[in-house]
Amino acid sequence: MTIVETPEPRQMMVVYSRADRIFRRIVTGGALTSLLLLGFITAFLVMRSAETFRQFGLDFITGSEWFSAGEDPLGGAVEGAVEEVDESVFSIGPMIVGSIVVALIAMLFAVPLSIGGALYIEFYAPRSIYRVLVSLLDLAAAIPSLIFGLWGIQVFTAIGVRWATLLNDRLSFIPIFSVEFENFGRSPFVAGCVLAALVVPITTSVSREVYSRTPRDLIDTCFALGGSKWGAIRSVVMPYGKSGVIAGAMLGLGRALGETVAIYLMLNLVFRYSFEILDSAGGNVASMIALKFGEATDKEISALIASGLVLFIITLIVNMIASSIVARTTPRA
Amino acid sequence: MSTVANAGQLTTAEPRRPWAVSRSKRLLGFGRMLTFAVAAFVATILTPLANFDGWAVAFLLINLAWVIGIASKLGAKERRDAVLRVVITSLAVLAFVPWLSILVTVILKGYRAVYPGYFISDMRTSTPDDELNIGGAGHAIVGSLIMVAIATVVTLPLGILTGIYLTEVRGRLTFLVRFIVQSMAGVPSVVAGLFIFATVVKSMGQYSGLAGGLALAVLMLPTVSRTAEEVLKLVPDDIRSAGYALGARQWRTALLVVLPTVRAGLSTAAILGVARVIGETAPLLLTSLNTNGFVWNPIGGTVASLPTYIFAMFMYGTEYSNARAWTGSLVLLALVFFFFIIARRLGNKSALKANANRRK
Repeated sequence: MTIVETPEPRQMMVVYSRADRIFRRIVTGGALTSLLLLGFITAFLVMRSAETFRQFGLDFITGSEWFSAGEDPLGGAVEGAVEEVDESVFSIGPMIVGSIVVALIAMLFAVPLSIGGALYIEFYAPRSIYRVLVSLLDLAAAIPSLIFGLWGIQVFTAIGVRWATLLNDRLSFIPIFSVEFENFGRSPFVAGCVLAALVVPITTSVSREVYSRTPRDLIDTCFALGGSKWGAIRSVVMPYGKSGVIAGAMLGLGRALGETVAIYLMLNLVFRYSFEILDSAGGNVASMIALKFGEATDKEISALIASGLVLFIITLIVNMIASSIVARTTPRA
Repeated sequence: MSTVANAGQLTTAEPRRPWAVSRSKRLLGFGRMLTFAVAAFVATILTPLANFDGWAVAFLLINLAWVIGIASKLGAKERRDAVLRVVITSLAVLAFVPWLSILVTVILKGYRAVYPGYFISDMRTSTPDDELNIGGAGHAIVGSLIMVAIATVVTLPLGILTGIYLTEVRGRLTFLVRFIVQSMAGVPSVVAGLFIFATVVKSMGQYSGLAGGLALAVLMLPTVSRTAEEVLKLVPDDIRSAGYALGARQWRTALLVVLPTVRAGLSTAAILGVARVIGETAPLLLTSLNTNGFVWNPIGGTVASLPTYIFAMFMYGTEYSNARAWTGSLVLLALVFFFFIIARRLGNKSALKANANRRK
């Protein structure tokens, strides 16, 4: 007849000692540097490019003229002085469009190649060379872009120009394949091909990683139901890895948009809107910055930093989309 | 693999593999490929397809034609399977060809200007167009190593702290920090250069190795943080629990139990970061430029580095300067691969146990 008292469930509490709290604070501080750094980069770029944006406004993004009037002989305007004539005009419209065009050409080649490469390594390659292929892939991703650029201009251009000529011969009735002058070197098409070669290792290794995580049971089930290898890939592996592949492609796209030296060597920069991808004229924000930086005046540097800000925002958006896809699809640790 | 043969009455069955491709079949396949290769070569002579790339396309087309040809005997499912096998294999080959070509090119073109002096002399007393047995890239190698060292000193502690935060502390900002680190991995290198130019170079009033190193650090931090996190994630929770069970507080567990188990892995993180940034050119064009002589002082004005050396030699545009550029590329690539292989070795050692059950 005694009433059994049920004990109150004990509250689990984590109590950190003082040393622990200090430790946690230090570690948190360290981890926040990335955050701070990103903030700093944005802040500085915004600050230093404010002058340009104030002067040119939206024209900076849409206009297509870049002219530096040279160093101001007075060494800067005096407050309240007669407004001096400064004919400098800075705008990067064609560069932005060009960046996107070249990056899209690159992705057009890179995405199928890397999906094929990833599927081959994971599902078709003999087991004996699996590890070798994976290591090769990692090494390929580590080749500096400068070397891609050198290879592009001294080895690939000959091949690329031949293909470009072929495209132009047969398909010049399509506007993007027509050209004004038949000089196909240093064109967005050839540059895009080299950029594709540069991006492929990155996208392939992300896709491969995702494909390799497909549950083995599901694949075996597919075989057990009489599916062929391709059937298993199409109905199990590809849907399972879809978002990962998209994320990889976005990472590659970010890389392609921000690539500097390889494009610098491979592309003829022209400040004119052009969609003829075989023509030896294109645009690219990143390499334009590197190109103009050497002999830039102070005002021009502000404009270059503004271009950097535009590029930074574009790639950051692309990368954030990519990493949010990654974060959504990978199980939290 | 000890059998029980010595017991006498029991014999172990040899595992048979009925699905294995027989030798004759494999030979047949090889012969077929050889025939196709020759046929593709003939095609390059007869059709507008030319050179190696034309041959590759012809080879692929012949393969496809053959597969579709025999596939008429098969059902729809098998046909699709066979065709897709050829398509995927050729896509994979295409994906690997460019960078194998790069490797071959760098070695073939790069060995020309190699001589012992290349690694120890600088370009103060020789022009890019001089004979290849004088001058060298010693100054550029030293400059690169100094800048990479600066970048490592800055990023390694921060990267490890970030890793610890993401795996041990797991504060409220875990998700945000991981997100930011991942996004930062995509900051264009030229933007990092612009940022350091606008801050460090402007405030110091000169280009310097320090500025170059810091620009590289911006690019290196995400790689190091992410690898550190990956490595720390592999530490089994049992080890942490064991630490707590012995009465250690979190900081002691993290610093004295968890971190020592991944020492090799953290070196991997640093080395991978180094391999990632040592070839970066664009940020250095904006922060440290190039010179012709050795510069040991990281705040003593412009410094040469391998990438900017290669770039300058290439832009000079004569036969000899070009050869120097390729040799520089060879050295750079060798350095990258060297770091990479060390990282792999260390990584394999540390992650051996953790990885043992990840792949079948």
